[in-house]
Amino acid sequence: MNGLKIVVLAKQVPDTRNVGKDAMKADGTVNRAALPAIFNPEDLNALEQALRLKDQYPGTTITLLTMGPGRAAEIIRESMFRGADGGYLLTDRAFAGSDTLATSYALACAIKSIGEFDLLICGRQAIDGDTAQVGPQVAEKLGIPQITYAEAILSANNGSIKVKRRLERGVEVAEGKLPLLITVNGSAPDCRPRNAKLTMKYKRATSISERQNNSEDYITLYNGRPYLNIPELNLKDIQANDAEVGLSGSPTKVKKIENVVFQVKESKILSTSDEDIEGLMVEMISNHTIG
Amino acid sequence: MANFYTDNKDLKFHLEHPLMKKIVDLKERGFEDKDKYDYAPIDFEDAMDSYDKVLEIVGEICGDIIGPNAESVDHEGPSVVDGRVKYARGTSENLEALKNAGLMGITLPREYEGLNFSLVPYIMAADIVSRADAGFVNIWGLQDCAETIHEFADEAQKAHYLTRVSKGETMAMDLTEPDAGSDLQAVQLKATFNEKDGKWYLNGVKRFITNGDGDIALVLARSEEGTNDGRGLSMFIYDRNKPGLTVRRIENKLGIKGSPTCELVFKNAPAELCGSRRLGLIKYVMSLMNGARLGIIAQSVGVSEAAYREALSYAHERKQFGKAIIEFPAVYEMLALMKAKLDASRSMLYETARFVDIYKSLTHISKSRKLTDEEKEELKHYNKIADVYTPLGKGLASEFCNQLAYDAIQIHGGSGFMKDYPVERIYRDARITSIYEGTTQLQVVAAIRGVTTGTYLKQIREYESQQIKPEFFGLRRTLIGMTEDYEKAVNSVVDAKDNEYLDFHARRLVEMAGNIVMGYLLINDTNRDESYRKSAEVFIKWGRSANKANAEFIANSSLDDLGNYKQQ
Repeated sequence: MNGLKIVVLAKQVPDTRNVGKDAMKADGTVNRAALPAIFNPEDLNALEQALRLKDQYPGTTITLLTMGPGRAAEIIRESMFRGADGGYLLTDRAFAGSDTLATSYALACAIKSIGEFDLLICGRQAIDGDTAQVGPQVAEKLGIPQITYAEAILSANNGSIKVKRRLERGVEVAEGKLPLLITVNGSAPDCRPRNAKLTMKYKRATSISERQNNSEDYITLYNGRPYLNIPELNLKDIQANDAEVGLSGSPTKVKKIENVVFQVKESKILSTSDEDIEGLMVEMISNHTIG
Repeated sequence: MANFYTDNKDLKFHLEHPLMKKIVDLKERGFEDKDKYDYAPIDFEDAMDSYDKVLEIVGEICGDIIGPNAESVDHEGPSVVDGRVKYARGTSENLEALKNAGLMGITLPREYEGLNFSLVPYIMAADIVSRADAGFVNIWGLQDCAETIHEFADEAQKAHYLTRVSKGETMAMDLTEPDAGSDLQAVQLKATFNEKDGKWYLNGVKRFITNGDGDIALVLARSEEGTNDGRGLSMFIYDRNKPGLTVRRIENKLGIKGSPTCELVFKNAPAELCGSRRLGLIKYVMSLMNGARLGIIAQSVGVSEAAYREALSYAHERKQFGKAIIEFPAVYEMLALMKAKLDASRSMLYETARFVDIYKSLTHISKSRKLTDEEKEELKHYNKIADVYTPLGKGLASEFCNQLAYDAIQIHGGSGFMKDYPVERIYRDARITSIYEGTTQLQVVAAIRGVTTGTYLKQIREYESQQIKPEFFGLRRTLIGMTEDYEKAVNSVVDAKDNEYLDFHARRLVEMAGNIVMGYLLINDTNRDESYRKSAEVFIKWGRSANKANAEFIANSSLDDLGNYKQQ
């Protein structure tokens, strides 16, 4: 089999594992400035699956696609340090405030404009929204099949792909015809470390807006090394309808944000006698804690 | 998500030493690779930035993979299966990560797919890996055997083997035998030349061989029949893909248990001669050992770092008598001295690495063009200091490492004696540093030349004349006083004109020189970064009293005393 054309969908997310008080803004959106931005963990699992296919099938190319502000170019570089061939940054003020529907619409438009592909791979869900909707929605919009919760790609031969899925009660092996979309579970292998040579090769890879903000003068270097350019795509480039992106394209409305603090309000001491245990069971079944 | 490079500001501090400009220029030779290789630096700043970025990868792998694996590797250890070594699961995982990250062949030229890094960042990587797992650094660090192939093997061998090292194959250095440990002249493993096929074959036994099942081995063997000293030994390259080698057993060691120490049996194993016949011991092993010794200084520093960190965090956490134990003078004094010795060792490590770096680069340059007179002078100068700094650093840093590990357990009290805390492993791992690649006693044998020829003194004088901020004049005065004591002690021993007497006091004299040298290095560090001031003060104060004790001992001893020390 010839090499595969893979597009990995990834997202730069606020590191919600280190959430502070000011993590949310009053309007119910995430306060990205207050949190360190990281490569969404399950997208790294997805990238590793793509890299394994590249190891296995020579000629495979991996293109990263991410939507976000200018600084999201960082995760494209991170991917290139690990073996991706390049990537596109989908960035436009018009995209701001997109919910999963608007995001998947924009991503689908971008994928169409990038060109043909055999496989789309993305993480199951992002740690900021935890919806797990974007991957499946992209597949629907592109009219291609999808395999979710992948833990390993077992083979990719003759236009079909075999995937091990991790489900709640066990594993399942599914087969699908290319082109198709796979969402990868966090239980899949961790992504490999950055590679020294690739890091040195791509460390100056930047998007045009990053270069504009940068005082470094390496113009001749960029002219001679086109791989250092991370292309940016905007609303126009992907021929998207601006009513379907951003806040106007997002039916999701956040009404209110509440802090949930778990705490023990009252405690009850039970003996090990049969009556006490039975009483507890009846209580828990009646208030739907169990059953 | 730990990173053992970025969480330790001392590393970047040493990486950014002013001498690096010269070192990088020599290594990159006018940045001639910049249009040939897409990962080659275009200028000095670019090279330094690459060093920094790659060390960040090393730090991340150490913090996330190698460090967390250390305990299970220590428990599981390697095993022998059908004459081959099977690494512990964690060891294989570590190697896989470093291979994927392209962190093998760090110093090798780009034409052999290496990173062409200067020695300083490579040694820094070894420092970082050692903190994560002192046993694992042995397997990974054997890549510096490739330097011997690079320096002495022929073109075809270099192209073949060095490329394989860069791609991630591991190495071994097969020197010692049951009857040839410290005394390598006694090596018996036989190399026989077969006239029919024009090949060399190895027969015999090697013992205590680290990573003995490595993919590519350098084997010291007796190629000249009828000889029985070092001049009959040559160096061979053995490719593990060829037949003839069996791993007979793996030693059960006190520490560094993840590193397989093998007994090897060679039976008609085909091998290639490396360099010229008869130069195996007298030239190549010496070069190999100097590289390996620098590696052990790095290992000592990395283990010291681990010991200090464990002790410090425990001293903060542990509360007794209503407060954290770090608040008690008996404990904080211990910690301060640990930190001072750690900082002193690390400064010594990078000072030595820089000197070795410069003379090695000049040596490589001399193969492609004639050196200028000035360069020749420089090569000689740095080679000479590096040759006496390497054993001095190895001797002192490995002893400090043991002291730090001891104190780290002491600070843990009873808990430190239990297997529940990492310090007990660190303590066991530390123990080997003052033994292998030449015991401390043998480092003293090499270092005493620096005492008797005045090389240390010359270097000390040079440090003494360097420009420093006035606030450090007091510290320097202490060191000047220590230097006077040192000269007096050296003269009294040398004046006795007796080799046994010199050997008897050698360690004391070497330690005195080392404490002064390290004291100056800490002043220089403080001069560049105020935060080293405490360590400089503590170390120099400690060094003065240690040197006084040695000076007192020497002043009150005579040739006649030696008899009292000879046991029946």
